Amino acid sequence: MGASDQRRLDNVSVDISASGITVLAGPSGAGKSTLLRLLNRLDVPDQGSVRWQGSDLDELDVLAHRRQVGMVFQKPTAVPGTVADNLRLAAPAMDDDAVVELLDTVALDAGFLNRNALELSGGERQRVCLARTLATNPVVVLADEPTSSLDPDATAIIEASVQRLADPNGRHRVGWVWVSHDAEQTERLASRVIALDGGRISSRGLDD
Amino acid sequence: MTDTDIGLVGLAVSGILVGVTLVLSLVWRLGIAREIVVAAARALVQLLIVGVALGLVVEDDSPLIWTWLWLVSMVVFASWTVGRRAREVPQARLLALVSFTAAAVVTLGVLFGLGVFEPRGQTMVPLGGMMVGNAMTGTVVAARRIVAEARDQRDLIEARLALGLPSNEAFAPHLREALRTALVPQIESTKAVGIVFLPGAMTGLILAGVDPVEAVRIQIGVMYLVLGSVATTTSVMALGLTRAMFTADHRLRWLPPVEN
Repeated sequence: MGASDQRRLDNVSVDISASGITVLAGPSGAGKSTLLRLLNRLDVPDQGSVRWQGSDLDELDVLAHRRQVGMVFQKPTAVPGTVADNLRLAAPAMDDDAVVELLDTVALDAGFLNRNALELSGGERQRVCLARTLATNPVVVLADEPTSSLDPDATAIIEASVQRLADPNGRHRVGWVWVSHDAEQTERLASRVIALDGGRISSRGLDD
Repeated sequence: MTDTDIGLVGLAVSGILVGVTLVLSLVWRLGIAREIVVAAARALVQLLIVGVALGLVVEDDSPLIWTWLWLVSMVVFASWTVGRRAREVPQARLLALVSFTAAAVVTLGVLFGLGVFEPRGQTMVPLGGMMVGNAMTGTVVAARRIVAEARDQRDLIEARLALGLPSNEAFAPHLREALRTALVPQIESTKAVGIVFLPGAMTGLILAGVDPVEAVRIQIGVMYLVLGSVATTTSVMALGLTRAMFTADHRLRWLPPVEN
């Protein structure tokens, strides 16, 4: 992936690997969320281009692209209905067994299947949203500070799930682009770090 | 025209009630005496002008073109009003114009095309007025509500978009909510009619000496007309607004905040 934009992001040219966990670090207002929104095409750049696997997003089917490059937001965005309803929003044909299996990847048991998604705790709701994004079978998930409003326990559960899912030898193998302003979390998760500041790339690090 | 014609003297006497309103506002020191006088005077002048103009349009031998012109100007004026009352709604005037035109075609098409009423100035002008007047309120409510839903629920809408749902599906639950809000008052007032209040057209007909049962038949036609037109205008507005608020590549545009 590569992106450049002129407003919140200025002259950013970056290749982001679709495997492992890439952490986009930096202070708030650095342009991290803007970059994620460009990658999912919730926004388009005023200038420059965003490419996915070599093709300009302008030329790709946006709906298919969003299913390959999923997105989890800072605030849990569960919709009214049961947990299963939420997952079927992404994959209507999914049967209960498949839903339970996906819930298992985010450490939620089968008992959650028919629970009201809006009555869950913040951490549980965020895990439902994560499972929902995984239901489209994405290659990469863009995660916009999904644990920033959660307590340390809930954060630890999500981080463990993400590390399991990112494992190149694991069953799912999903790449992550994870926005964080938390240095400790960056250290725990990152295969590589791209630091943004004031809409520009300020440093890169890790991997190998 | 009948023994209920109030005449000029009667009109002047009914002005006593404006005086009552004026005195009450002065007693309570509401500071709106001027507005009351202006409102009463405007109503008098505007309606007298409309009355004279209507006389020309609805006369038996006047050509139907005047009726059509009257209907068209009502639709244009109503669209302009919607634009003024729903400033934060993108393309409000244009969408209202399309909505009212669609509603006019559907509702007047049924009433006149199927011979419920005879197509004359005397029927088309008042029915068109009822249609546009009522649909206008519903359209403003629906349009503002639809835009408010899109603005306030951006998180949920974009979450659905990010899952690869097309914009119409991502917005559908919110659109339904907004349309329900706009239509429910209309349905409620349709239910309450005759019990809680006597509707205007029927009241007017009875005052003019028409047999009450006949007045009721006409009124029911009018009510169904209003119901159908509100449903049509709000639906067309909903479709148009969805197109206006989302891009062709399924992104939710930035929406201006509400003024006032």
